[in-house]
Amino acid sequence: MTAVVERIAVPTLALLASAVLFGLLLAIYARVDPLEAFALMYQGAFGTWFSWQNTLTRAAPLILTALCTALPARMGLIIIGNEGALVMGGVAAAAAGVAVIDAPAPVVQLAMAVAAMIVGGLWIALAGALRQWRGVNETISSLLLTYIAIALMNHFVEGPLRDPSSLNKPSTWPIGDQNMIGTITGTDVHWGLVLGIVACLIVYVWMRFTTWGFALQVIGGNPKTARMMGLDVGRYVLLACGAGGAMAGLAGMVEVAAIHGRANASLAVGYGYSGILVSFLARHHPLAIVPVSILLGGIGASGGLLQRRLDLPDAAVVVLQGILFVAILASETLYGRLWKPKEAA
Amino acid sequence: MNAPSLELIGFSKRFGGLAALDEVSVKIVPGAFHALLGENGAGKSTLVKCAMGYYAADAGEILLNGRQVVINHPKQAHELGLGMVYQHFTLVPNMTVLENFVLSRKHLPSVIDWTVERQRLKDFFDTTPFTVPLDLPVADLAAGQKQKAEILRQLYLKRTLLILDEPTSVLTPDEADEVLSTLKQMTRELVLTIVTITHKFREVNAFCDTVTVLRRGKLVGTRPVSELDNDTMAEMMVGRRETRATVEREQRAAGKTVLQIEGLSVANTVGQLAVDVLSLDIHAGEIVGVAGVSGNGQRELVETLAGQRHAEAGVMKVHGERYTATRPEMIRHRIACLPEEPLRNACVAEMSVAENMALRSFDQAPASPDGVRLRRAPMRDVARRLIEAYRVKTPGPDAPIKALSGGNVQRAVLARELSSEGDLLIVANPCFGLDFAAVAEIRARIVQARNRGAAVLLVSEDLDEILQLSDRIVVMFDGKLALQTQAAQADVGAIGRAMAGH
Repeated sequence: MTAVVERIAVPTLALLASAVLFGLLLAIYARVDPLEAFALMYQGAFGTWFSWQNTLTRAAPLILTALCTALPARMGLIIIGNEGALVMGGVAAAAAGVAVIDAPAPVVQLAMAVAAMIVGGLWIALAGALRQWRGVNETISSLLLTYIAIALMNHFVEGPLRDPSSLNKPSTWPIGDQNMIGTITGTDVHWGLVLGIVACLIVYVWMRFTTWGFALQVIGGNPKTARMMGLDVGRYVLLACGAGGAMAGLAGMVEVAAIHGRANASLAVGYGYSGILVSFLARHHPLAIVPVSILLGGIGASGGLLQRRLDLPDAAVVVLQGILFVAILASETLYGRLWKPKEAA
Repeated sequence: MNAPSLELIGFSKRFGGLAALDEVSVKIVPGAFHALLGENGAGKSTLVKCAMGYYAADAGEILLNGRQVVINHPKQAHELGLGMVYQHFTLVPNMTVLENFVLSRKHLPSVIDWTVERQRLKDFFDTTPFTVPLDLPVADLAAGQKQKAEILRQLYLKRTLLILDEPTSVLTPDEADEVLSTLKQMTRELVLTIVTITHKFREVNAFCDTVTVLRRGKLVGTRPVSELDNDTMAEMMVGRRETRATVEREQRAAGKTVLQIEGLSVANTVGQLAVDVLSLDIHAGEIVGVAGVSGNGQRELVETLAGQRHAEAGVMKVHGERYTATRPEMIRHRIACLPEEPLRNACVAEMSVAENMALRSFDQAPASPDGVRLRRAPMRDVARRLIEAYRVKTPGPDAPIKALSGGNVQRAVLARELSSEGDLLIVANPCFGLDFAAVAEIRARIVQARNRGAAVLLVSEDLDEILQLSDRIVVMFDGKLALQTQAAQADVGAIGRAMAGH
């Protein structure tokens, strides 16, 4: 019981501590009333139907990219290459969409999703393979792979896949308006949100109610025991990394097919990095990822209002995100200490 | 000349509702080799941890050399010359022996002159009766060597009263005798006073001069060893005449070959060949005991058979089929493993008892009808049955396995591994650190498995265990088999010589 309370209490404490720190920063450095700022942030994130839609639109890619960290974390791997997988997925989606552009829209969308998931999955699986067979630290390699991914995207949008009409902002050919995934009826929020929530549910069921999820947990808990049980650790590393990468790739596809209509540098705006934050905040729990994504989406959505009303720089909310991340990491050490455990005999 | 006396008076300690210690008093004279006997949970560890300042006792006074001292923290105990050697190792695994020893000194200079330190430690090792390699990471030392290093470190730190918590559970009898007789000698010279927690009567009889027996947190008595025989000690410990569960060894001819190892070579963690072109057959209904001083390749052999290490060369066959330690092969041949330190080597500490018990079977019926879906209700039912059948003491199937005591973790692993009635059982130091009721039970289960026709490979650093259980004994030395003999005709002298490489 205390374990459950703790799982909620510790992140809540971290959130509160971050809010206090951010408030101090606002009051002392930016010289604005922190309470007013927080009220505005609430307004900008959840105050109106308009801000809610803004928040949810921002939450959609976070849900998917967070799974890229959460899935491998189940077996003890810390993957932070979400941004790279998202970018690769976005480029692959655009290429696939352009390739079959005249097919019926659902076919185009399916082709885009599949291409994005395969490429994103392979991207992170590469980090997993390096870890399993060459002993390369997966955190570092997945991070560095992101730089390669962004370079590759720049190469494709400026070279082989470039639409000559995109002058100031090199982009791929557009996938066509008819092939865009639309918005949820009666809202401005695109279907990517639903896709993300469904993905979280699937991952939850996968982790909790299948033998694969169980095996992942065994490997994450004690690789030596897992080997004694004959589990093929390498295969599961690839599986978890690949599935995580596929989710981030899908996020890239959603960005292309719901927002931009084409792949370009707008893909790499940090949703991947925020996804890491979401995953850690959610303790890598697939169901907790949804509300946490909405919270972070809200923080992002409130940036505009802070800028307009308090003349704060756009980066203010990024600072809050940074503080949050550090607070969450620091709070990891609190687990098991909030309540003094009974001493064992 | 500086061996201190220690008197613990009226120690009590409660954990929640449980009285772990109840008004226990012990007097230890200078130069004593004093044994603390008792079953698991009798309060021995709690008593010494209170004395060392790890636990705050609810009541109790300590007299050191007749003067009252207050020990609220292990540091205070260390300053008074009290040191403890644990059953579990405390050296930093990825640092070398030299680094560990220097690290543990109280006053470290900001700049360490390693040449001087190495020379100092070398000189120190010249004065000690046994040594360990200075420059190997502790992780690469075998269990026996680690324990020697732990004891050496206490001497290096000039501790004059040593508390040993089952110091020989990882040593071979020869190593144990070597270590204990050296320590005994030092107590005779009044250099050291020793308190040792042990389960082994043999060692009590051979080395200790006084025994204090605890039972369920209460003092049963303190008596000179010379006045006691084994039956009396056992009675003091368990409160009744020892009823050792002896399993009838059926006389049976060895059956067909189950495990064939042909020319197996395995490298250790640092890439040296630890198992060197080893061949061995094991038949159905036979226990083959692998004796040997720890660190002669036994661990690598077991890990290869268990699937935790890759072979460099050679072939393993089970029932004539090539065996590469994959899960389908393990399931088909029903291979079971009982490694040492089961919590570390055969469990997932954070997962529940039920989940740990399902590690072999989670992808088969009834836990999984199709290999994909996982159903936790049947998993829990199986666990409940196993908990009952193997008398695992646990709050329930959903308790995390790390909350269980060592004996009960081993029982849980035993339940998981033996309930499949496998054809091949691989056992390594199964009784490491367990109290003797658990030891008897676990040995009985192993013999039972053999009686029903399983082939058993028993690697143990406890020669008595091997002599007691095996049908055939092989001795491993330097990665090779130095001796093979039928247990019935075993010559202990020859085994001992083979273990020492002669």
